[in-house]
Amino acid sequence: MLSYTADEMMTVTAARALRDGMTCFVGIGRPSEAANLARATHAPNLVLIYESGTIGAKPDGLPLSIGDGILAETADAVVSVPEIFNYWLQSGRIDVGFLGAAQLDRHGNINTTVIGDDYAEPAVRLPGAGGAPEIAAACKEVIVVLRQSRRTFAERVDFVTSVGFGTGPDSRPELGLTGGGPRQVITDLGVLRPDPKSFELVLAGIYPGVSIAQVNDNTGWDLAISPDLAEIAPPSGDELTALRELLASVPAAAS
Amino acid sequence: MAEIVTLAEAIAAAVHDGDTVAMEGFTHLIPHAAGHEVIRQHRRGLTLVRMTPDVIYDQMIGAGCARKLVFSWAGNPGVGSLHRFRDAVENSWPGRLELEEHSHAGMANRYQAGASGLPFGVLRGYRGTSLAAQTSGVAEIVCPFTGEVLTAVSALRPDVAVIHAQRADRNGNVQYWGITGVQKEAVLASKRSVVTVEEVVEVLEPRPGAVVLPAWVVSYVACVPGGAHPSYALGYSQRDNAFYLAWDQISRDRGTFAAWLDEHVYGQGARVGAAC
Repeated sequence: MLSYTADEMMTVTAARALRDGMTCFVGIGRPSEAANLARATHAPNLVLIYESGTIGAKPDGLPLSIGDGILAETADAVVSVPEIFNYWLQSGRIDVGFLGAAQLDRHGNINTTVIGDDYAEPAVRLPGAGGAPEIAAACKEVIVVLRQSRRTFAERVDFVTSVGFGTGPDSRPELGLTGGGPRQVITDLGVLRPDPKSFELVLAGIYPGVSIAQVNDNTGWDLAISPDLAEIAPPSGDELTALRELLASVPAAAS
Repeated sequence: MAEIVTLAEAIAAAVHDGDTVAMEGFTHLIPHAAGHEVIRQHRRGLTLVRMTPDVIYDQMIGAGCARKLVFSWAGNPGVGSLHRFRDAVENSWPGRLELEEHSHAGMANRYQAGASGLPFGVLRGYRGTSLAAQTSGVAEIVCPFTGEVLTAVSALRPDVAVIHAQRADRNGNVQYWGITGVQKEAVLASKRSVVTVEEVVEVLEPRPGAVVLPAWVVSYVACVPGGAHPSYALGYSQRDNAFYLAWDQISRDRGTFAAWLDEHVYGQGARVGAAC
């Protein structure tokens, strides 16, 4: 039996969600780890697009930032920042957008701006929107990757930085959001997917050794469980080896 | 027409107290040396505009240059928080910092509108988010042809843009390549501009994917080799990822930050590029 961490299980699960040949708009951090793992394993023709304007980047290790030189040097094309957002993202050409989050609610709305009720006097000031609102709006589908806890899985997000399904099934059409919204939320405990009618996230997959009670204990709302809840296969030896090689290629980030 | 001057002369001439200043460079080609010169010249009350405030504005905010920040993502890429920025927002240290916050796509379209001489840019964005309620330069607009509700964002028209480029020629024509970001739009949207370069050459050889800014849209060129560090200039230097990691510790504490500023900014004269 291979030993692995919950974070490794999360990244491997996120990588599996990407299919070969897809176009993928990648944020830095865990999304970039997962996308590069997919490219190193089952999806060698995955097209990585970073908001720095690098289209089809093929880094041989993990970049620390979205603008490392290796991304431009290995890209099929490098375009300006207005072009990447207007021509490539907003136009609806991108299959999948990969996002992280500090807080997420039952409809997959994301907060990466402030923790606390008062925007002007926040308890914690987070980095803010970056490219996320338009990635969440325009990609054909969005995958969110974050650790699951009562703090991150909130009944109500303190600030809606990026819209998931708003308040339910009518929100995205009413707001003119052209993409498909968050189709998977991948955590260190399992995988959530939107219910096809209510568009509320339900627990659809669970990792080996994780209990439903444990998932509930780490969710800030009354989480629905899919009747088809499946146990997700643990990482294979090849997946773990490839992931650990990738992580060894980047300087360890501070907390 | 661009004048080729020292960095100290360029900043003294182009950046004034109270100005709106856009120092751009998307991870690549960030004009750090110019930021340090603004700190050394004790500019105050600046409105700092930048998509990714990054370490350069963390230093300028901590040094007390800024009154307001216009931005879309304020983090240390791949590392974590900008601690001087957070200290300003959460504790008003060293002074209160007003925020005007956008998304990347919104900022890119605001620069593009400024460069185009238009009063606003238009995009599908902000709808349903909490951002629109916090930011005055965002409004709904109806497409006159289809009736679709879109978002208008007010144009950015900074007083001065500051960028770093690989090279310029003796007439002040500027050339840069690699990740080209939003610098062309920032320069064309601004009343004045300062460009620091790795080298001044006799002739600009064509490069694939390069942007050329003709000398007549550039105000000042200063030769500052390594002027992007810890960012980088493709073909000249590597991104100093170890410094970005180290900045997390340097900037956490006001005292270690002040000591760093004394040694690495106030203690250094402007690099005048004698070799250029």
